[in-house]
Amino acid sequence: KRREQEKHIKHIGCLKINGLIKWPVVLLLGDSESKSFAVSMFKGQISTAQVFPYPSVLNDEQEQFLRELVGPVGKFFEEVNDATKNDALEKVEDHTMQGLKEMGAFGLQVPADLGGLGLSNTQYARLVEIVGMYDLGVGITLGAHQSIGFKGILLFGNPAQKEKYLPKLATGENIAAFCLTEPASGSDAASIKTTAVQSPCGKYFTLNGSKIWISNGGLAEIFTVFAKTPMKDPKTGEMKDKITAFVVEKSFGGVTHGPPEKKMGIKASNTAEVYFDNVRVPADCVLGEVGGGFKVAMNILNNGRFGMAAALSGTMKGVITKAVDHAANRTQFGNKIHNYGAIQEKMARMTMLQYVTESMAYMISGNMDSGASEFQIEAAISKIFASEAAWTVTDECVQVMGGMGFMKDAGVERVMRDLRIFRIFEGTNDILRLFVALNGFQNAGNQLKSLQKALKNPLGNAGLLAGELSKRAKRLLLTQTHTQTHTHTHTHTHTHTQFYPSLFPVADEQFVLKRVADCAIDLYAMVVVLSRYIKTNSMLSSLPLPGHPSAQHEKMLCETWCIEAHDRIMLDIGSLRSSQSRQVFKNLRAISAAVVENGGVVSPHPLGF
Amino acid sequence: MSGRVLVGVKRVIDYAVKIRVKPDHSGVVTDGVKHSMNPFCEIAVEEAVKLKEKKLIKEVVAVSCGPQQVQETIRTALAMGADRGIHVEVSGKDYDNMGPLQVSKIMAALAKKEEAQLVILGKQAIDDDCNQTGQMTAALLDWPQGTFASEVTLEGDKVKVVREIDGGLETIKINTPAVVTADLRLNTPRYATLPNIMKAKKKKIANVKPADLGVDMASRVEVLRVDEPPQRQAGMKVETVEDLVGKLKEAGRI
Repeated sequence: KRREQEKHIKHIGCLKINGLIKWPVVLLLGDSESKSFAVSMFKGQISTAQVFPYPSVLNDEQEQFLRELVGPVGKFFEEVNDATKNDALEKVEDHTMQGLKEMGAFGLQVPADLGGLGLSNTQYARLVEIVGMYDLGVGITLGAHQSIGFKGILLFGNPAQKEKYLPKLATGENIAAFCLTEPASGSDAASIKTTAVQSPCGKYFTLNGSKIWISNGGLAEIFTVFAKTPMKDPKTGEMKDKITAFVVEKSFGGVTHGPPEKKMGIKASNTAEVYFDNVRVPADCVLGEVGGGFKVAMNILNNGRFGMAAALSGTMKGVITKAVDHAANRTQFGNKIHNYGAIQEKMARMTMLQYVTESMAYMISGNMDSGASEFQIEAAISKIFASEAAWTVTDECVQVMGGMGFMKDAGVERVMRDLRIFRIFEGTNDILRLFVALNGFQNAGNQLKSLQKALKNPLGNAGLLAGELSKRAKRLLLTQTHTQTHTHTHTHTHTHTQFYPSLFPVADEQFVLKRVADCAIDLYAMVVVLSRYIKTNSMLSSLPLPGHPSAQHEKMLCETWCIEAHDRIMLDIGSLRSSQSRQVFKNLRAISAAVVENGGVVSPHPLGF
Repeated sequence: MSGRVLVGVKRVIDYAVKIRVKPDHSGVVTDGVKHSMNPFCEIAVEEAVKLKEKKLIKEVVAVSCGPQQVQETIRTALAMGADRGIHVEVSGKDYDNMGPLQVSKIMAALAKKEEAQLVILGKQAIDDDCNQTGQMTAALLDWPQGTFASEVTLEGDKVKVVREIDGGLETIKINTPAVVTADLRLNTPRYATLPNIMKAKKKKIANVKPADLGVDMASRVEVLRVDEPPQRQAGMKVETVEDLVGKLKEAGRI
């Protein structure tokens, strides 16, 4: 077997590695090293730097401080914030808003010397988890303000801009909003039509356009606005429109907003259209570089994504508690319903989904705090996973509660309504799946043929991957868990990274990419829970209590997840490899075309009329 | 008058937690269980901070007895507005057996050392419901006490205390220095805001041992066994008064 593997190492050529022991942080043909697990995964390799061990980024002082913050924030949401009221009023109650400002909730990540709390991403995630548990409407109000609204100033602002704007934003005296989306530009963000034309003297820009569905649009004083600026291409001399990011103050004049949108959920959050009518924006309000706005936008969104996974892991915890409470107390057919398999499966799946989401959220925030520069694929994966998991979990919670779950008083239907938007905004899950898969292929496609050969050769890579991952697992695991997890990593990860670029016609591309992305998501999820379980187990094994019940429980979560994820991945890969999938995709396209052409359902009624 | 108020704060299992008795019946499960400041202690801290804000007193000192974890509780008091803290280190068996007698000895010693004008405590802790520490502290100091306070007013070198008693409200006037224990309706504690928690990081917590204060931690009380309250039995409905009397006789109650 070893000789087989070495044959492939030689055959691979540029992928030759110095023995199997030192797993390279992938260095391929002068490509820059990527520590991102997802990036290397697409290359058919495992870069474990960011996933093993599970990050532990808080020092004693940060942990102590965070512990002190958790209590008061939780207490505030238990006793002051009334989510039901906020939802009914379609706004956050005034005294609650005031309380949140006094609490410091509006400047969690603003540096302390500018009036904020200076929290790291991990600390921020822990607090946002609490908000998510109690009130997503408030969560979006806070998130639209600081996670994206003024994040651009934190990431790209110059010292003058930071000093000017951050203090009042941190106290909540000024609210911020992120303005990218337009009536004709949602997912296609690069096609925005709002314009910012620089004055001949160069001292200001004139901003014109309208943005829709802007969270905090009706409340904000400070707007991060993306607009097209005509720029002269230095090489060709022709004028091109490039996106530039601006910090726009309402006080500049010309900034107005529409009435609050009536929504399905997160009703407490203000969503409005924002209009810019010949707004004079000083040139020193440009965020980042003129023409570099798209990068600014993507970075802001990327930077805030982990927050969603953290918030939603809190939301899920909350609804699971409600479901458990019901299942443990409701008697039907002579037994508490949690004794029935149908309910047990629901409860278990809800728990696993929450566990995975939570593991992803803190893995990513930990990576970011450790200085990782490449986490966009993982962040996108976590957003897709969290939003869909939360929807499923809450839906199942309603189901477990039966009719009660459907009633307003139970408080779950509101959460369901609040959650629907999470699969849509901040990058629709559909687009993000394409992003995840395309990123992977881009990296693979950039490499030499030898890499493609390696990708196409399952057994060779299988050996390498299995060998390395099991070595890592061995080192990290303790004896009793070793055999189980070893077997899992051995069998479940080895065949999963064979992605076949361009075996399908271009038209089928998105069908393929979606399935590839699903595999990537499941794989990342597997690695994340393995890593977390290993951490829990080794942490608890060092305590005087052996066989800690929580470790056993986590082992079950991890094991079950990996078994089922493996099956899903194999199914997807199998279907992609089968000839039937081509037929299915062809049919899918044709069905869609027919329905579009007909303006609706095509097939004639079974009754004939 | 020194203008210094000593406030005792106790770290207890959070009121919302479902209490479980340890399998060996030696106590309740505390490992990994959420703890927070005793609600009556919060009211005590709030009252002290209010007095300072009204400029009637100059300094609020928060005191807690226990292991390392009680520092969290002291920090909460600091975040609410206390100026500094004193952590009296008690751990292990001493902590398990610590009760009102030991705490009141400590509070009395500190009150003398800090030359406190007022000692404000919660009327009782929600874990042991003793309702003794305030009274014992006053007795050890030979100071007047105003317990179950629902209203506290400083009047020169005296304190007017409105007390909640079984019959209603009783108003007394006592000399300072004095011990006051806070009842539920005294005030509504403020929320510790996150910026205040951050500022509280800079406030000092002094460490001290009971021995330094000349306090003997030996307990006169031994806990033999801890049990859950008995399961509540179902009730019974009866049609007439005669039935009721008959059933009560049957049960040997009358």
